[in-house]
Amino acid sequence: MNVHATGGDVGKRSLSIIDALRELEGPLLPILHEIQAEFGHIPQESLPVIARELNLSRAEVHGVVTFYHDFRQQPAGRHVLKLCRAEACQSMGGDAVAERVKAMLGIDFHETTGDGAVTLEPVYCLGLCSCAPSAMLDGAVHGRLDPARAQALVEEARR
Amino acid sequence: MTVRIYVPRDAAALALGAEAVAETLHREIAGRGLDVKIVRNGSRGLHWLEPLVEVETPAGRVAYGPVSAADVAALLDAGLAEGRPHALCHGLTEEIPFLKGQTRLTFARCGVTDPLSLEDYRAHRGLTGLEKALAMDPADVVREVTDSGLRGRGGAGFPTGIKWKTVLDAAGPQKYIVCNADEGDSGTFADRMIMEGDPFVLVEGMTIAGLATGATKGYIYTRSEYPHAVKTMRNAIVAARAAGLLGPSILGSGRAFDMEVRVGAGAYVCGEETSLLNSLEGKRGVVRAKPPLPALQGFLGRPTVVNNVISLASVPIIMDRGAAYYRDFGMGRSRGTIPIQIAGNVRHAGLYETAFGLTLGQIVDTIGGGTASGRPVKAVQVGGPLGAYFPRALFDTPFDYEAFAAKDGLIGHAGITVFDDTADMLKQARFAMEFCAIESCGKCTPCRIGSTRGVETVDQIARGIEPEKNRDLLTDLCNTMKFGSLCALGGFTPYPVMSAMTHFPEDFRPTPMVEAAE
Ligand SMILES: Cc1cc2nc3c(=O)[nH]c(=O)nc-3n(C[C@H](O)[C@H](O)[C@H](O)COP(=O)(O)O)c2cc1C
Ligand code: SF4
Ligand code: FES
Ligand code: FES
Repeated sequence: MNVHATGGDVGKRSLSIIDALRELEGPLLPILHEIQAEFGHIPQESLPVIARELNLSRAEVHGVVTFYHDFRQQPAGRHVLKLCRAEACQSMGGDAVAERVKAMLGIDFHETTGDGAVTLEPVYCLGLCSCAPSAMLDGAVHGRLDPARAQALVEEARR
Repeated sequence: MTVRIYVPRDAAALALGAEAVAETLHREIAGRGLDVKIVRNGSRGLHWLEPLVEVETPAGRVAYGPVSAADVAALLDAGLAEGRPHALCHGLTEEIPFLKGQTRLTFARCGVTDPLSLEDYRAHRGLTGLEKALAMDPADVVREVTDSGLRGRGGAGFPTGIKWKTVLDAAGPQKYIVCNADEGDSGTFADRMIMEGDPFVLVEGMTIAGLATGATKGYIYTRSEYPHAVKTMRNAIVAARAAGLLGPSILGSGRAFDMEVRVGAGAYVCGEETSLLNSLEGKRGVVRAKPPLPALQGFLGRPTVVNNVISLASVPIIMDRGAAYYRDFGMGRSRGTIPIQIAGNVRHAGLYETAFGLTLGQIVDTIGGGTASGRPVKAVQVGGPLGAYFPRALFDTPFDYEAFAAKDGLIGHAGITVFDDTADMLKQARFAMEFCAIESCGKCTPCRIGSTRGVETVDQIARGIEPEKNRDLLTDLCNTMKFGSLCALGGFTPYPVMSAMTHFPEDFRPTPMVEAAE
């Protein structure tokens, strides 16, 4: 999944994304989302291109990228597992599920397994608070997790 | 005659296996040669029964749930397609007490219709509110909304009509309707359910807001954590445009309105309206000082209505039935209905739309059915991560903006999270501070630094280090945050912290064992 791209290539592909979105009112977030969808993260090489094309300073673009939890400066693992850590999930044993998952993967939140298979991230509510604890694996939602179901999810992610 | 079977595509149903149920159903129906059409509806909000499969019968829709893919063959064998009995059958959907007891105004169609069928939408009284608004003067539309008593459902409870009036009266060549669909509060999912289950009601509500205020462009700002809602909303907008409901001439009226969906990037504070506007403009989601009000200088410095999804989605029925119809529900200054989201450790979790005024105890014990674990209820957090923890002793509090404020709490976006007696309230207080530290926009010192100090102070209490002094310190810190923060993230984080400490002091006393270990 990780795209290996040369600097020049990143610049060119970034530019075509920017061109498609620059007419929007407030184009920066849509552009960053598209760039992350394209490269799996926000490559350093795309920052000067965005800054130049949107008439911003590089520091401003960097400031925006770092403000939002979603934007990655490094590529993630092949799969991203997000566990909800918020109150409704806490009330239904979310902490125990998280401990089990961390132990199975051998990593903590914000880390990626050594084989590059799974990145584990916290999320603060998926709107699935009525079927807690919940998780999202690569955009697919899962509810009513217990340690056993969490284990199945981790095995799926590892494949 | 073709039988219609409904399998929800709401994210909560999907999280519980609805996709596999639909696939298996398709296969089994084809294999048996049944004349069945599967409709992917929104959720009825009875989430403990999801995936909830319904079949249309001459007597009405019959419900089965929770259905797993493995149940499908047996259900069909038992006569699901004719609505026959089975262990998972709950009889007529509308007769299930949890649904029957509700007053569904805003959620009237949610779970009933095919979310992306405009035909279905029209057949269920959709667009009648818009048609009326098109025949009225903008000022009269604003007056209707004002008279309905509708207050913002995003948390602050500001009268919607008054906000609209400010924007109507503001001069400007370009005005905007911004729908706040950032729904970040734990324990809430009403916005998500509307966007996934009845997206056209939001399109209609925003269009009416545009007509009423002279705004021709709308944005729905929602969360990246809601991919299903984003997709459904975008599809609905495309369909609405194709049908001439959005665009240069709304339903052939010659008046313009169009909208698009924008997706945030994982920042809770972007639910705060000025931070949201900064984010929409492509900036860091830092909170702006008010004034200027967004109504006067909002998106790109232009007059902007910022309203929550549920506020806007309640407008079509107000226009359709009239202000008095809506206003007649509720109590005191809390008029109309509120979709209460019952979440966490509770037996009957889901969405319950009702007039304001039920007591917290009725909601938790009677409607919610107590805890899912079967253990006693210890506390309920009302209003998301900035809301207070209520003990049983306050269960007589009626669900009403003013009544909750009087008990040092808030209704917020009407999420209720239930905890059983295994909850450790010190841990919950610590989490509230931690969450504030993670999500602070960084503008105010009390919020940015105070929250981190708050976590440390709670940890000291937990370790039994000068507990009395540290409890006082935590109280001081909460006061500083409450009065020294620009927005409600720093300003209201003290609610969960102080309520936990006030109502559950025993959890803030170190046990002798811990003390001995120090
Ligand atoms: C930290 C914070 C988060 C908020 N999150 C939301 C939210 O997710 N959705 C929402 O509608 N309002 C949220 N609000 C309230 C908004 O600032 C604003 O009051 C609301 O969008 C106005 O719409 P309404 O009048 O229709 O409620 C939040 C406020 C704060 C301080
Ligand atoms: S209280 Fe916190 S989140 Fe709100 S403006 Fe201040 S620093 Fe930002
Ligand atoms: S608190 Fe976990 S999904 Fe809402
Ligand atoms: S605004 Fe500066 S400290 Fe709060």
